[in-house]
Amino acid sequence: MKRKVSLRVNGEEREGWAEDRMLLVHFLRDELNLTGTHIGCDTGHCGACTVLLDGKSVKSCMVLAVQAQGRKVETIEGLEREGKLHPLQEAFREHHGLQCGYCTPGMILSSLYLLRHNPSPSEEEIRRAISGNLCRCTGYVNIVKAVRAASERMATRVEAPSTEETG
Amino acid sequence: MSAARTSPRSVAVPAPAEGTGWVGKSIPTKESVRFTTGHGSYLDDVKLEGTAHIALVHSPYAHARIRSIDVKEASAMPGVLAVYTGEDIRKLVDPFMQLAPPPADKVLDYPLAVEKVRFVGEPVAVVVARDRYLAADAAEMVQVDYDVLPPVMDAESAASPSAPILHEAIGTNRVWDGVYEYGDVDGAFAQADLVIQEKFHYHRFNSAPLELNAALASFDRRTGELTLYTNNVMPMFCMPLVASSLRLPSDRIRVIVPDVGGSFGNKINSFPYMVLVSVLSMQLGRPVKWTELRSEFLAAGTHGNERTFQIEAAVRKDGTLLGLRGEAFDDTGAYARYEPAGAVIWAQVAFSMYRHKNLRLHFHSVFTNKCPVGPNRGYSRAQHLFLYERIMDRIADRLGLDRGEVRERNFVRADEMPYQAPNGTVLDGGDYARALHRVQEMLDLPSLRAQQKALRARGRYLGVGIAAALDSAGNNFAQVRVINPHLPFSGNSESARVWMDMMGRVHVAMGPTNQGQGHETMASQIVAHELGLNPEDVHALPGFDSHSHPYTGHSGAYASRTAVMGGGALLGAARELRRRIQVIAAHLLKTAPEDILLEKGEARSRRTGNALPLSVIGGVALGNSLELPLDMDTNLSVTYVYRPPFRIPSHVDKKGNFTLTYSYQVHGAVVEVDPETGKVHLRRYVAVDDCGNMINPAIVEGQVIGAAVHGIEAALLCEAKYGADGQLLASSFTDYLCATSLDVPPVEVEHFITPSTAGPMGVRGVGEGGGTALPALAAAVEDALSPFGVTFQDSHLTPERIQSAMRGRAPTVPSPP
Repeated sequence: MKRKVSLRVNGEEREGWAEDRMLLVHFLRDELNLTGTHIGCDTGHCGACTVLLDGKSVKSCMVLAVQAQGRKVETIEGLEREGKLHPLQEAFREHHGLQCGYCTPGMILSSLYLLRHNPSPSEEEIRRAISGNLCRCTGYVNIVKAVRAASERMATRVEAPSTEETG
Repeated sequence: MSAARTSPRSVAVPAPAEGTGWVGKSIPTKESVRFTTGHGSYLDDVKLEGTAHIALVHSPYAHARIRSIDVKEASAMPGVLAVYTGEDIRKLVDPFMQLAPPPADKVLDYPLAVEKVRFVGEPVAVVVARDRYLAADAAEMVQVDYDVLPPVMDAESAASPSAPILHEAIGTNRVWDGVYEYGDVDGAFAQADLVIQEKFHYHRFNSAPLELNAALASFDRRTGELTLYTNNVMPMFCMPLVASSLRLPSDRIRVIVPDVGGSFGNKINSFPYMVLVSVLSMQLGRPVKWTELRSEFLAAGTHGNERTFQIEAAVRKDGTLLGLRGEAFDDTGAYARYEPAGAVIWAQVAFSMYRHKNLRLHFHSVFTNKCPVGPNRGYSRAQHLFLYERIMDRIADRLGLDRGEVRERNFVRADEMPYQAPNGTVLDGGDYARALHRVQEMLDLPSLRAQQKALRARGRYLGVGIAAALDSAGNNFAQVRVINPHLPFSGNSESARVWMDMMGRVHVAMGPTNQGQGHETMASQIVAHELGLNPEDVHALPGFDSHSHPYTGHSGAYASRTAVMGGGALLGAARELRRRIQVIAAHLLKTAPEDILLEKGEARSRRTGNALPLSVIGGVALGNSLELPLDMDTNLSVTYVYRPPFRIPSHVDKKGNFTLTYSYQVHGAVVEVDPETGKVHLRRYVAVDDCGNMINPAIVEGQVIGAAVHGIEAALLCEAKYGADGQLLASSFTDYLCATSLDVPPVEVEHFITPSTAGPMGVRGVGEGGGTALPALAAAVEDALSPFGVTFQDSHLTPERIQSAMRGRAPTVPSPP
């Protein structure tokens, strides 16, 4: 049986229908057509589906859509502000922190969670923060560089407050 | 209609940048805008109204006869549209063409198993349902009754006459075998001071792209046209297989490849699934989509070729390698879906980077009850290069020489380039010894040795390993005629179209699919460079669509070829468009075509300084054409096919130019091995790469690091391991371990630039990396554990393997109390 699920996604009230067993990642992709959140495994290892749920980084294949009822979700589609890339998005571009781009949304969301809680992380802290996200192309070198560059940029530039940020 | 031109010879190294000098610049990739904002469009993001989804029923056995399949219960499940077994599908499609010569050409290979299953995970039935959840529910209700047969789990025993046979129709497990013999091998062994005998095993793994295989077929009964969305990265090469299996003329099939989330070769063998969704869409009259599960990818996607070498090396006491002879067994798995191409592709690097002249290798490709193998980054060459590097280490160790000095003694020298190896392949430049020295300097080898000594005294084991490899680019397809002289393939080619519209805007499209190498960026750079534009002003069509992109039968993203093959095509097309613009501009500016310079979006007379924006050229040529003489060509769309000058290798002596150009790299690894646990800690990793001129150095560096990390994790983590009963022991990312950000150090890269004398623009191609990390790490671990006197024959260095090698051994240099 399907039930209606209402939640706030990237600052907008959204609703759709989900069976109890439907995964949040399928709900986002198939019901809400937010296809920037990707799927790379069946076991919660790869992190391609990482989103922020009430400000916390989660793998959306490990959450049921019905568990997100009434909660706030941030996905990659919500990071741009008034047509401007988020500093993390800019830094991933400038530092060639991606190749095929498939891990990138999850990688950026994990990095965003890190930088909100630790605005100037060390290399070790960055590597730890993204260790639940597999990248199969870059060998992580340029991702780490990009996250560090974004943290520096965000320190000198106040990030526009997130619509969903809970701190 | 655009004019197709072909080049009889390789495109010359370009003249200095006429316009803007964009070739050689590390600009951010164009693709990165959509990829960082979540607006990439990968296969599963493509949605068509009324799409049905499939779920596959897999074999739990490695080898069994199918007695019966009961689909009654599954067919009655909610949302189920149809259930098909292998028998049902066999009636609807033709089996796939086989590359092997007789008798293995008689193997019957279908999208679903027929009569028998031959590996764990082989699909035996398919459920089509309204959504993927309902399809998965129903797939569980399909009842398959099997008679289990003994499995054949390694290549050497599969080749023996007493082994159970996988494909009864051919009466043997042999896919192909043959002897490659170059030089005077027996003479070399007669002169040897030392003969080294070894057995090496290159393990089974794949590079596991993050996006899984997927396909979406939509058959329009009204037009009879099939639209096939796929993330196959060699789709037009696969098209004859797909069309003939579906019994459809190729003009009824449109192929669309959207953004691809990595492939590393692994997505080339997805054609059985492309046929499956296509036939289901034709049967059901609605779109049908397949998205693979990771467990399916690991069990039934593509594994890299697992190879065992039994080898002898003839060596002089100064460390000179005189000759190699032996046998190679390629375990190709249950079906030959790209094989036995691997039985010849290694010969692109038959002598690696070394000067010795004598080689005899009896190569066997055999069927086993494992997942079919296919291209994986460094396809078939990485295995062979691993052999050479390990042999160099053995020579040094046996003679008490330095491992670096032995390589240097045997390397082809810079002053011998271009160098023709005894099998006819030509190394087109580079300085291998200098790259080796640079890696030694980057590692600061003397201080590492001092550190190693000091640590050993404290019971800690540091080791350093250095290995070298080639990355061959632009393969000559005719090499497959060495294994089957009747195959209709030869040469290599790529197509690009560059055109200007009525508003003066420039567009570009080409045949290779884009799986993360930044093809849109690279194409824009080359076209901008040639036409005096900015890359942002060039519109590169994303992905691949057979209705809008030019292509040849060789098109695709594989074998490090796009910069070389696509680059040649782009250069040819852009230059011809430039010439046509110059002719039109010269007429309008009343000057000679040679006087016209394209710069900053204008065509300008060098003599008078008068200029016209490209929008005027496009507008006049395409919309106001009576301003031009009637005999002037107003076609501003150029399709160019780049075709290097290959010849067909001899089937008899197996000699020829198997590939166009060679990049090379030398890697250095520093490890510390815990002798208690067998765990390898990678402390540092450095690489020197020479791929000739670079179109976009940042993209090149990304490829070099990515390839290095695939090799590192292959050596230390990933293995598609099977139990003796044929069960796959790594069926998810829980046990198939890919490197995380905590498993690999920042790989440090330096570039040498020796322009290729064979490829266009002096580029050599980059991407596969030759698997250099596998021998580098094996060497480093052996170096670390040298006080224990252990050696490794396997490319996979698990803690278990290291521990078992160390068992009962004490270090020769005692640790102080």
